[in-house]
Parts: sequence; structure tokens; C-alpha cells
Amino acid sequence: MKDFFVTGDPLIYGADAAIVVTVVAIVFVLTYFKKWRWLWREWITTVDHKKIGIMYIICSLLMLFRGGVDAILMRLQLAMPDTKFLESQHYNEIFTTHGTIMILFMAMPFMFALFNWVIPLQIGARDVAFPYLNALSFWLFFFGALLFNISFVIGGSPDAGWLAYPPLSELSHSPGVGENFYIWGIQISGIGSLASGINFLVTILKMRAPGMKLMKMPLFSWSVLASCITIIFTFPVLTVTLALLFVDRFFGAHIFTMDGGGNPMMYVNLIWMWGHPEVYIVVLPAFGIYSEVVSTFSKKKIFGYTSMVFSMMIISVLSYFTWVHHFFTMGAGADVNAFFAITTMAIGIPTGVKVFNWLFTMFRGRIRMTQPMLWTLAFVPCFLVGGATGVMLAVAPADYQYHNSYFLIAHFHQTLIGGVVFGYLAGLYYWWPKIFGFKLNDRLGKWAFWLWNIGFYVCFMPQYALGFMGMTRRVYTYGWDMGWAPYNLVSTVGAFLMGIGFVVQGWQIIYSIKRGERDLTGDPWNGRTLEWSIPSPPPVYNFAKIPEASEQDAWWEMKKKGIKPTATSYEAIHMPKNSGIPFLMSVCWFIAGFGLTFHWIWIGLAGLAGVGICLLARSFQYKTEYYIPAKEVSRIEAMYRRGA
Amino acid sequence: MQQSITPQHEHEHHESMKVFGFWIFLMTDCILFACLFATFAVLRTHTDSPFTGNELFEIPGFTAETFILLTSSFTSGLATLAMNKGKVKPLIGWLAVTVLLGAAFIGLEINEFMKMVSEGATISTNAFLSSFYTLVSTHGLHVSVGIVWMIAIMIQLKKHGIQSVTKRKVQVMSLYWHFLDVVWIFLFTVVYLMGVM
Repeated sequence: MKDFFVTGDPLIYGADAAIVVTVVAIVFVLTYFKKWRWLWREWITTVDHKKIGIMYIICSLLMLFRGGVDAILMRLQLAMPDTKFLESQHYNEIFTTHGTIMILFMAMPFMFALFNWVIPLQIGARDVAFPYLNALSFWLFFFGALLFNISFVIGGSPDAGWLAYPPLSELSHSPGVGENFYIWGIQISGIGSLASGINFLVTILKMRAPGMKLMKMPLFSWSVLASCITIIFTFPVLTVTLALLFVDRFFGAHIFTMDGGGNPMMYVNLIWMWGHPEVYIVVLPAFGIYSEVVSTFSKKKIFGYTSMVFSMMIISVLSYFTWVHHFFTMGAGADVNAFFAITTMAIGIPTGVKVFNWLFTMFRGRIRMTQPMLWTLAFVPCFLVGGATGVMLAVAPADYQYHNSYFLIAHFHQTLIGGVVFGYLAGLYYWWPKIFGFKLNDRLGKWAFWLWNIGFYVCFMPQYALGFMGMTRRVYTYGWDMGWAPYNLVSTVGAFLMGIGFVVQGWQIIYSIKRGERDLTGDPWNGRTLEWSIPSPPPVYNFAKIPEASEQDAWWEMKKKGIKPTATSYEAIHMPKNSGIPFLMSVCWFIAGFGLTFHWIWIGLAGLAGVGICLLARSFQYKTEYYIPAKEVSRIEAMYRRGA
Repeated sequence: MQQSITPQHEHEHHESMKVFGFWIFLMTDCILFACLFATFAVLRTHTDSPFTGNELFEIPGFTAETFILLTSSFTSGLATLAMNKGKVKPLIGWLAVTVLLGAAFIGLEINEFMKMVSEGATISTNAFLSSFYTLVSTHGLHVSVGIVWMIAIMIQLKKHGIQSVTKRKVQVMSLYWHFLDVVWIFLFTVVYLMGVM
């Protein structure tokens, strides 16, 4: 028992109490309001992409909170020299979970939330290609994230950095269960991500509305296509890497160990073959969002559509050829480093093309300063600086100086926050009214925007300087004699400003649920693409009649020509049935992962057997679809028209 | 009654989409094996102890495995031909033969592993053996999953006959089986032949 629960730290006891109270509260509320059945029928078993998107966004925001708390704790520890707030071990665990959670359990689900919300609506489809698989992807992510997150109260968190380099992550240096939690948490959610990649690729390639040629497709859909191709090519690498690390730890193999002929650098190569494309996986959809937002709020067709498409595809291909720039210091030799330095710098070119295209779209446009547009405008200079420091890091000889310093930390936060988070928030504000039927409050949103933005620069600009002054990443304390104190203090203030910004956003959502401006038209922004041609929130089948889309910005053209999306007669609509199997299968994966984490082999095998049974049970189901009769469709449509 | 309103092509479009999705899945599986091969290529000389492929691999054993698996690919092809002719019985029969051959292959592989382990060449002996066991048993695990899957499809064929859904399932299954065969050819060459060279 003493080894099972994490003991001794008052912060952890606080977390224990908070978890128990929250769980009890949730169970109480569900029971008191008799909502268990509702939860099961409407959410847990759903295969509706819109609801799955909502569940992704809830989880992602919770994970942003957790990762953010980790960040605040780290900044508190570093605010002043010789702080005794966190012990070194606790600090190691926090920077590990901060990184892993922010990339894999915050950015990825946020991205999948937006995929789910928008892709079928934007290409004029009724759902994704494989709705059942889509639900499975979500639940795998959910239970993977759960497994990863319970590690801090049960068994102990991973503490070998967000990519768990061996030999530190090997049994010899991390004998506890923390790294096993890391492996299984990511492995389980990673399978879900891979399935989502396949799912959305097929959706985009096979389910576009009639007339929508690839080169007429909205740019967000293009960005998702590019991102999915990258997922498909790289996530198997992650699967293998984690599996091999597990084989080392579980069976005592010598693949990445220091002894027995193992090669730890093999792991570092493999993990970055996934890890580098991963950052493009998350940033490409953000680029797509900026394209949609800029075009809508400048009231102009996007400038340089074709070059936008090509630049995204070039980025997605080049992203496979840059991984070594994460460890120029490995000493692979001048030729290898030169190759990867050049490919890294080359990625700047298509990205630059995109920035100019966004600027030219705004040029002489009728710009409206809405919330999505604000985040987009803030992104441009932020990403510019982030990209420029990236090119500095790409200069291999100079990188020997920057490597693993705070300069690097500032750089990647600038691209990931300024590029990815700003983009996803722009997307969140942009498509929120489509999914929920109301806008998020403008005044609170502007407060959050300025807090985030000012906070960002206050937090990360000093870190560039700290890098030059010799502060390396992952140090948990430093002395007065280093001269780092003032910069670190300023940086901590910035982190708190961003934290307050996040709290304001939480308040903004709660406030807007009650008092947000309702969207009765389905087209609150005067949009250009098909998702704005249907009511908000859309009916379960999305489109009563599949639209024709032969022009780029199809909805804009329809509005110009005065074509109304309503029909007079309807046909029965073919829909997938709900299923509880994705949830149950993911529970089995959770049990398997938990058992194998603790070396409880029988529990692990029982979990895996459960997964097999769920797969077979699904294989034997033949009636997985149903029809919404034409009468019902016309009743729902009439209801929407009365509402509008 | 409502079933009659639906255009048949919508359903077929759905089935063909699943086949397309499965092709993409096979590509991801291909990358998975590529990574394992790369790891093996890096570590194959890292023996750090007396055990090398030359001493451990027995030519009759892995040659027999190869022939059995290649034959099973052929029989799964015969099953597909029977399906295209609309004959359920030969279809199930050829699938059964494929399952038996697959099981024989797995049996031989387990036998080979047990022999190696008894000689003291385990997964934790050296890096070469670690990468060998992970690569070969990942393939073996795929074949085992395939066997269970094929049996499930045989039962479904018995129940539902040859129709669009079962047809797609057999099609996808045979894609998977041929893919494993191709992977084995690389295993045979890179791991075994180059190992005993």
C-alpha cells in the first residue's frame, strides 16, 4: 500500500482530497438528477462527430488546466534563487508531465475536437467515414490520458522528461512504475490518434459533397488532410518506440540499454522521427484555421489558394527530414548535421509563403476585429519571432551553444503557444457558435486575449536572455551569483498573467452559456464555407440534403447567387447506430495498461483478452445502421425554420 | 420497408471506403515493421556474447516456415477466387486450410524460440537477440491475430453467406494475410538468410 499510493507531499495530499471530492460530487449530481442513463445514451455511446468533438474539447481544456498548473508550479519554484518550494524529484516529475500533457493530452485532443466539429460540416458530409472508429479513438484517448494522469497519486509520476530518453527511462535508472505509466498512457491514446488520422483522411478523400474537387476544398480541410498524412506516417513510429522501451523494461531486453550492446541513441532517433513531425501535425490545422478566419473577417477570398495548398503539403513532407536537429550534439558528423540544418531552414520557406498570403488577404480587406481575428493577428508577429529563433537554432554549429538552454525553451513555446494554441483558440471562438448555438462573450474574450498576449511576451522574452546567460532547461534551482533572478521573476509574472487569462476564459464560457449572444441564423460571421449553410447547432444528420459545392467558398457563392439551402422534399437518411463497445474496449485497454504498469501480469492479460472480446463482439454485429425516415427529417427541418 | 428507399450504391460506397481505410492501415503497419527492421539492422551485430545468428538459426526450420506461410497465402487466394464465384463451401474450406497452415507456422516459430531459449539465447541475452525476438514475434503476433480473425469470418460466412459485408471482410482479411507474407519475405531475407550467411 505504501508503494501504491504516493505519500509524503502535502501538495499530493491536497490533490488526493480534490480528486475524491470531485468524483463524489460528480456521482452525486448524476444520481441526484437521475442523469446516468442520459450520460450513457447521449454521450458515452454516441458516434455523432459533433458530440465527440465536444467531449474532446472538455478533456482538452481540463488538461490545459492541469498542464498549466504544472507550469505555474515550475515558475513559482524558479521565481527566486534557492527556492525551497519543490524538491528536485517533484520538479522532475512536473516538467515531465507538463510537456507530455500539453502536447499529447491538450494539443492533440484540441486538434481532434476541431477536426470533429468542422470537417464533416465543411465538406458537406453527414458524419466521418468511420463513426464507430471515431468514438473508439476518443475513448482510447480518454483512458490513455486517465492512466497517465492517475500516476501522480498512484505509483508515482514519470520523471525522465517528456520524451523519456533512455538510459534515464530504463529500468536501471527509473526502477519505479512512473515510466510504465508514461508508456501505456501514450501508447493507448496513440492508437486512438492513429485511427483518427486514418478516419479523417478517408473522410476527406471519399466523402466530399458532389462538385467539391480537391482544389476547391476549404483550406482548413486541406490542412487537416496534410496533418492526417503526417499522423499516418509518424504515429506507427511512436508505437514502435514505446513498445521497444517497454520490452526493455518488462522483459529485460537490451535495445536501448547501456549494457548488453543496446543503443540509447536509437531511441532518440526513433522518438524524434515521430516527435518532430508531431509538432507539424498540431500546427498545420492551426494554419488552416488562420486561413479560414483571415478570409472570413477580411471579407475576401484567400490570397494565393494554390500556394497555400502546396506550402502545406511541402511542410508535411519536409517535416520527416528534420528530426536530427533535436540532437545536433549527438555528433553524427558535419555532413549529417549540414543536411538536417538545411532541411530545417527550408521549412521556413513554405511557412513564410503562408504568412505573406495571410497578410495579402488582409490587404485592402474589410477587416472585422472579432475574437478569432484578434488571435490570428497576434499569431503573425509571435510566430515570426518563433520561426526566426528556430532558424537560429537550425544553424548546427551555433546550436552547440543553444542546445537545451532556455533559448530553446523560449523558442518552442513561442511556436507552440503563438502558433498552435493561438490558432486553436481562434478556431474555438470561430466555430463555437456553430456547435453550441451561441457566441462567446466579447468583452471577457478581449480581457483574456490581452492577458494571454502580454503574459506570453512577459513570460518568454526573458527566457531568451536567460538562455544566452547560460541557464539550461530542467534545472530546479539556481544561486544568487548566477544573476538570473530578475529575469526569472519577470518570467514568472508573465506565466501568472497567462494563467489569469485562462481563468477569464473559463469564466467567459460559463457566463456565455447563460448570456451569450444566440445564433439563430446559422451564419453568425457571414461565413464562406458549407458549415455556415446549416443551422447552429446542426441537426444530428447535419445536412438534410447534401449540398452541391462546385466553387471555392461554396456557401459564399450560394449567398451571392441567392440560392437557399432549404429543400421542399426530403429522403430518408442513413445513420450509424450508437455503440457502447468503444467505451468498454477502452476500459479494457485501461485495465491492461494498469496491470502491465504494475507488472500484474494476469490483470494485464485479462485486459487484453477483454479488448479481443470487444473486437470480436463488434465483428459479429451486422445491424449497425438505421434510417431517419423522410417524415422525421422534414419535421426537424420545419422546427429549425420556425426557430429561425 | 424503409430499407427499400436506400440506394444500393450508398451501401457499396461504404464498404469500398472500409477497404480503402484498411489499405491505409496496412501502410501504417508497414511503417511499424520498417522501424523494427531498422532497429534490427542497427543492433544485429551488437551480440556482446557468443550468440550470433549464424550459430542459432537452423536452415530447415525457417525454410519450412517460409514455405508454409507462402502456401497459406496461396490458399487464401484460392478462397478469394471461390468467393468471386459465389461458392460458400469451398470459400470456407480454403480459409480453413489457410488457418491450419497459419497455425502450423506459429507452432514452428514457437518451437524455434523454445529451442533458442533452452540454449540460453533469450531476449535479455544481448541487443541482437532483443531486436530479433521483438521483430519476429511482432510478425508472429500479427499472424496469430489473423488466425482468430479468420475463424471469426468463417463463422460469419456460415451464418450470413456471401453478401456485401462478408465479401468486404474476406477481401480485407486476405489483404492482411498477403501483407504478412510480404513482411515475412523480408524477415526471411534480412534476418535469417543474412544471419546464416
